[in-house]
Amino acid sequence: MTPQDEITLDRREAVARILEDRGDALLITGLGSTTWDAAAVGDYPRNFYLWGAMGGAALLGLGVALAQPHRRVLVITGDGEMLMGLGGLATIAVQRPGNLSVVVIDNESYGETGMQKTHTHHGVDLAGLAAAAGFPTSRTIYSRGELEETVSLLYEACGPVFAVVKVEATVAPTVLPPRDGPYLRDRFRGAVLGDGASE
Amino acid sequence: MPSLMNKESGWSDEVFSVLQNMGIRQVAYVPDAGHARIIELCQSDSHMRAVSLTTEEEGVALLAGAWLGGERGVLLMQSSGVGNCINMLAMIQECRIPFLTLIAMRGEWGEFNPWQVPMGQATGGLLRDMGVIVYRPDTTEQLMGAVNAAAQLAFAANRAVAVLISQQIIGFKNWQK
Repeated sequence: MTPQDEITLDRREAVARILEDRGDALLITGLGSTTWDAAAVGDYPRNFYLWGAMGGAALLGLGVALAQPHRRVLVITGDGEMLMGLGGLATIAVQRPGNLSVVVIDNESYGETGMQKTHTHHGVDLAGLAAAAGFPTSRTIYSRGELEETVSLLYEACGPVFAVVKVEATVAPTVLPPRDGPYLRDRFRGAVLGDGASE
Repeated sequence: MPSLMNKESGWSDEVFSVLQNMGIRQVAYVPDAGHARIIELCQSDSHMRAVSLTTEEEGVALLAGAWLGGERGVLLMQSSGVGNCINMLAMIQECRIPFLTLIAMRGEWGEFNPWQVPMGQATGGLLRDMGVIVYRPDTTEQLMGAVNAAAQLAFAANRAVAVLISQQIIGFKNWQK
């Protein structure tokens, strides 16, 4: 269990800090709070939000990263969403995409369903699992200083990069981005592929 | 190589050439003995990326990402893996993302393992319930046309399409190996 007094980061501030440096990186967010976090920073065509498909965010990111090897692909998801797709850490590590970074915003809770504790609250170490799977860079961030040191790795280190950001288990206001699947799909493809999006 | 009775696997090379011609780049798979030859061919093709999965639903998410990034893919799995994919297929249906899967059937024609039967019998119905169009060729001759048509429907008409490859085509697993 993480001592709660060690956790001082606010999820909205942490996600805003990470995305401040995104440049032209492509962003995939997982079902729930991390989608609201990204939308609070701003809704852009290079964002693709999962409004379902729980457990699929990191693997969807892998598919994008393999298809677009010259662009940085950032996945931001929650601890509950990542826990549902743990096997995917092994799949990603084996593929070793140099351009993929996966960030878990870890409040140790299922934020959309009543703040029930997840396994990370009881000691499951997601960064340790990613490192054991073979991610060359994997770390857990507790402080603003550690976050500052890690942001550049998310965009520049040879991936796959994995980072768990421990955040306070507070409920931030829900900020809803667009949710219609075909709209999000066409918008993202247009941003990535330009005129080739209709192929 | 897994041992399969009664059948030669020349169809695998023909199916692979269809995948090549359709511009498939990402080949996600949880292996089945019936797909062994196709997986080998994909692994040795420099234009394809073979991605081994821990569970089939990873492949659904992976291929959604592939297409969002501009590449076509295919998911190779056994019928028992279809059950693992159900919730992830909701994304394919809602976003109307092109999706092609070639499913090696178990639990039907001459099955030896009774534990394979429930999922094998339910495979087509479950896929249809999730909005996947199902082709079910009965012969090797029909298989090539089905794979070609399925790929066209998937990538030209933005649909989810599954080709169920019968044990009549694959052959029985040899339990006396």
